[in-house]
Amino acid sequence: MREFGYQRAYDVAGAVALLDAAPDTRFLGGGTNLVDLMKTGVERPARLIDIRELPLDRIEVTAEGALRIGATVTNGDLAAHPEVRRRYPALAQAVLAGASGQLRNMATVGGNLLQRTRCGYFTEVSQPCNKRAPGSGCPAVAGEHRNHAILGASDHCVAVHASDMAVALTAFDAVVHYETADGPGELPLADFYLPVGDTPHRETALPAGALITGVTLPPAPVAAHSRYRKVRERASYAFAIGSLAAALDIRDGIVRDARLAFGAVASRPWRASAAERVLTGAPAVPETYAAAADAELAAARPLPRNGYKVDLIRNLTVTVLTELAEEAAR
Amino acid sequence: MSTATTTTSAHAPSVGTGHTRVEGRDKVTGAARYAAEVPFAGLAHGWLVLSTIARGRIRSLDTEPVLAMPGVLAVLDHRNAPHLNTDYTGLMGLRPDPTCAVFQHDRVPHLGWPVALVVAETSEQAREAAETLVVHYEQEPHHVELSGDHPDAHPVDGHEPAVTEKGDLDARLASSAFVVDAEYTTPEEHHNPMEPHAATARWDDGRLEVTDSNQGVTWVAGELQNLFSLDPASVRVRSEHVGGGFGSKGVRAHQVAAVMAATLLQRPVRVALTRRQMFALAGHRSPTVQRVRLGADADGRLRALEHRSVSRTSTVYEFVEPSAGVARVMYDADAHHTANHVVPLDVPSPTWMRAPGEAPGSFALEAALDELAEKCGIDPIELRLRNEPETGPVSGLPFAGRDLAACFREGARRFGWADRDSRPGVRREGRWLLGTGTAAASFPAGAQPSTASATAHPDGTFTIRISAADIGTGARTALTLIAADALQVPPERIRVRIGDSDFGPAGIAGGSMGTRSWSWAVKAAAGELRERLALGAGLPAQGLTVRSDTTEAVEALGPAERHSYGAQFAEVAVDVTTGEVRVRRMLGIFAAGRIVNPLTARNQLLGGMVWGISMALHEEAARDRASGGVVGADLAGYHVATHADVPRIEAGWIEDTDPDDPVGIKGIGEIGVVGAAAAVANAVWHATGVRHRSLPIRPDRVLAAAAGAPDA
Repeated sequence: MREFGYQRAYDVAGAVALLDAAPDTRFLGGGTNLVDLMKTGVERPARLIDIRELPLDRIEVTAEGALRIGATVTNGDLAAHPEVRRRYPALAQAVLAGASGQLRNMATVGGNLLQRTRCGYFTEVSQPCNKRAPGSGCPAVAGEHRNHAILGASDHCVAVHASDMAVALTAFDAVVHYETADGPGELPLADFYLPVGDTPHRETALPAGALITGVTLPPAPVAAHSRYRKVRERASYAFAIGSLAAALDIRDGIVRDARLAFGAVASRPWRASAAERVLTGAPAVPETYAAAADAELAAARPLPRNGYKVDLIRNLTVTVLTELAEEAAR
Repeated sequence: MSTATTTTSAHAPSVGTGHTRVEGRDKVTGAARYAAEVPFAGLAHGWLVLSTIARGRIRSLDTEPVLAMPGVLAVLDHRNAPHLNTDYTGLMGLRPDPTCAVFQHDRVPHLGWPVALVVAETSEQAREAAETLVVHYEQEPHHVELSGDHPDAHPVDGHEPAVTEKGDLDARLASSAFVVDAEYTTPEEHHNPMEPHAATARWDDGRLEVTDSNQGVTWVAGELQNLFSLDPASVRVRSEHVGGGFGSKGVRAHQVAAVMAATLLQRPVRVALTRRQMFALAGHRSPTVQRVRLGADADGRLRALEHRSVSRTSTVYEFVEPSAGVARVMYDADAHHTANHVVPLDVPSPTWMRAPGEAPGSFALEAALDELAEKCGIDPIELRLRNEPETGPVSGLPFAGRDLAACFREGARRFGWADRDSRPGVRREGRWLLGTGTAAASFPAGAQPSTASATAHPDGTFTIRISAADIGTGARTALTLIAADALQVPPERIRVRIGDSDFGPAGIAGGSMGTRSWSWAVKAAAGELRERLALGAGLPAQGLTVRSDTTEAVEALGPAERHSYGAQFAEVAVDVTTGEVRVRRMLGIFAAGRIVNPLTARNQLLGGMVWGISMALHEEAARDRASGGVVGADLAGYHVATHADVPRIEAGWIEDTDPDDPVGIKGIGEIGVVGAAAAVANAVWHATGVRHRSLPIRPDRVLAAAAGAPDA
C-alpha cells in the first residue's frame, strides 16, 4: 500500500486547516472502512488527519428539544444513549444491527455517513467501476448484482449504500452539520447524498474540504414508536439485503403520522415519501401498508437477479407496520 | 514429579478422558508463533503479483520502474525464475498441480495466476511495488461457467474410479413403484482458514529451511525437494502452529516463490498471502451439478440408484470433486450407477476441501432420499434403515464396523424424532415456519504410513517426535494422551514435538487420517520404549530413543469397507416473507471409532456441523462471468456462519472401534460436515413444503419459492 502521512487534530478549525493545506488528504475517524479501502488500494490518500480527539464526542439535547449528536460519537455510544433509545428506538436498533461490537466501538457517526458501498466490483481495483474509476464502466449491471439497487439507480452505477444508521436518520429528518475553512454549514440528510445519474463517483453534497461535525435529530414524537428491521444473508455481521426504519402514530384507527425509510435498495438511504403520503390519514390496516409499499415500489427498476428485493421490502413494510400498529393498540 | 522412568502401579488411562490443548495457553496468550510471525535476521518480503486476465499470455512486464522503487530488491517472473521440475509423483501418489510451479512460462490460465514476485526490504514496500507493476497481456476469451450438460464434461478418476455401473438402470427405474429424479447444485466454496498461508524460506549452511503453515511437513518438503531437484536431506520444513487448513495447506505458489527468492538473494524471504489472494491461490471446492435418480418398490427398498456429478477443474490440472462416490458406500440397489465428470474451465485448480466428495455428494443423495421418503410415505429414518446394505454396494467387501443404524436410533431418541409430524408446512411460531430434517453421513477411515520416535529422559519425562500437523484439531494433545497410555505414565510427563520434517516421514493432516496414522506410529514407538525400559535398559544422559515405522503394518491392512458414520438432525425456522432461514438446533451422533480426547473431538465434530450450516445457508463464491474472478473475495463478501447462526448444537458418539487399528481410531476430521447441509435442507422442506435443491438456501431463493417459482 501507498505510504501515507498521519497527523492528529485537536480542534475543528485545526482539522479543517490541515485538510485544506495539503491535497489528497482524508479525515480518519474510526477507520473501520477507510483503512480497509486503503489496504485494497481503493483509497490511496497521501495523508490522514486523525479526528478522534476532536471535542465532537457528545450527545446533547438542545434547547429546542432536538438531539445533537457529535460526529466522533462512536456507533456503540450512540446505540447505548438513553435519549436515543427512548426517543428514537429505531436508530438504536439500526446501529446495533450493523457490524460487530468491536467495529461499533471504533466507528463514528460522521464516518458511518461517509462509508463507501460494499459492491464487490468497487472494492476490487482490477475491475472496472464508475464510482472508483469514472468512465470505466459498471460490470454489476450485467454481473453479480443480487444485492444491488432497485430504486434510483442508473446504468452507470447500481451499488447500494451500506449504512443501517443512515436509514433511521433519514426517516427522522436528520440534519448534517459541517465546518469548512469558510465557516459552518448544514445539509438535511435528504439532500446529503447526491442522485447517481452519470456521476456515481460524486456521492455527497458536502463542500470540498468540509468536516462533518455532527448530526441533529429534530424532535419527532412519532419516532418514539419506531422500529428498524434488517434482513441479511446470515443472522449477524452482514450488510443488509433489505431493511426498513418505520414509525407510526395511530389514533382512533387512523394513521396520523408515519415515517418510513428503506435500506439496501438504493445508492442512499431511501426515504419512502410516496408511501408516507398513502399512510397518512388512512386506516391503520394491512391493506393500507401494502398500498403504501406499492406506491413507493412502483418506481422500482429491478435487475435480472435482484427482483426479490421488491417482494422483500413490500413484505417488510406490511409486517413491521402491522407490528407497530398492534403494539400501539395494546 | 516422580523420578521413576516407569511406573508399575495401576495407571489411569488418558485416552478417552477430556484434556485441554497442551499448547492452549501459548495460543491464547500469543506466545505461540504462527508462520508469518517467526522473526529472522535480514528478512526480506515477497509480494505476489496476480494476473488481472483469466486467459491469455504475458506480453511484457514493466519491471524497470518497480526495481527503482524504495526498498525493492528483485522482481521474479517467467523470464528470470529458476527452472522447476514438475515431472514427478509426490507423497500422495499424485502428479503436482502446475499451479504451484510459478513463473515457468508466459501462459495465464486463470484470473489471479501468479505472474511475478516483488521482493523488498519491508512488506509494505513489496506490496506497493507489486501493486505498481504494470503487466501487459495478450487476452483471450475465457469461460468459467459450469453446467450439468457442458459438452466438455468427461469422466475423471480421482482417488476413486470415475464410473461404477451394475444392473439395468432404465429397466429398474421403469419398474419402480416410486421414482425421484432431481438435479442438485452446490456452489464454489473456499476453505478460508483463519490463518492465511505464509512461508519463509532461507538457506542455512547448504540446507533449505522453510518455516511454513501446512498440513504435512513431509509432504511439503517432498514437493519442494522435487520441484527444485534437491537432495532429500537438504530440505527441512517446519510448521509448528497452523491456524486451520481444511485441505488448502499443501504446496502452493507462496512457498515456491519464497524459495526462489531466497535462492536468488541468498537471504531469508517471506511470502504471505492476503485473504483476497487466497481466493485465487489457496484452492477451493468446485461447484457441482448433480443428478440423482432413485427408484424404490412399494415398501421403500431401493431398486435403482443413479448419482452423476459434474464438477469443474482448471485447464492445467484435473482435480475431481468426487461427489458421486458417497452412494458407493451408503446404499445398494439392483441397478447402481455412479459417475464423476469434470469440465476444464479457465479457473484456478480446485483442491481437497473438508470432506471432498462426501460434503456435496451427501447433500444431493441425502436430500433425494428425503424426497423418496416423502413419496413413499415412509419415515426418513426408517427408509434409510430399510436400505442398510450387507456389504459394500459396489465393492462387495465386508464392512469393518457399520453402526449407522445405532447412530440413527440414538440420535432419534435425543432429538425427539418419534414425535415428529411428517406433514410439511404446518408448524408456525409467530412469523416463523418450523421444520425438522435428518440425513446420514459417512466418511472413509484410512491410515497413512508414519514414523515416530520416543525418547526417555533421565528425569522421568519423555519426548515424542513426529512430523505431525496440528491444524487446530488438537492432534498434539491427542498424541500426548496416546503416548501417556503406551508408556503408562501421566500425560504431564510427555512432551510431543511435531511439525518438523527432520523428525522423519509421516502422513498428512488430511483425509481424516492424521491423528489415526500418527497415533499408530506413536503407540508403536512408545510401547516399545516402555518394554525396553521394563527390561531394565540403562538410561544414558542423552536418554534412550526408540523409533517406529508403520509402513508395513498399514500396508498389511486387509481389504474392507472402512468408514465412519453419522446421523445428522436439524430444526430450522423459516420466514417466507423475508427469506430468512435460521437453524434452531442441531444434533449429530457419530460412530467414528475410538474417541481419544472427548473435548477436542466434540470441538471437531461441532466445527464440521457448523460448516454444514454454512454450506446449507451461507457459503458461496460468486464467480464473475465477465472477468472470470471471484466478486467480493473477502469475508464480508464470502459468508460463513456467525455465532448467531449457530444456536443449540450438540455432537455425540456411540461406542465404536476399528478392530484393525491399534488404538481403535477411525478419524473425525470430516464426518461432522457430511450430511449436515442435507439435514438443514430437508428441515427447510419440512418447514415450508418447498424443496431447495440449490445451495446455499439464500433469502432470495426462499422468497422466489414463496412467490411461486417451483422448487427454487
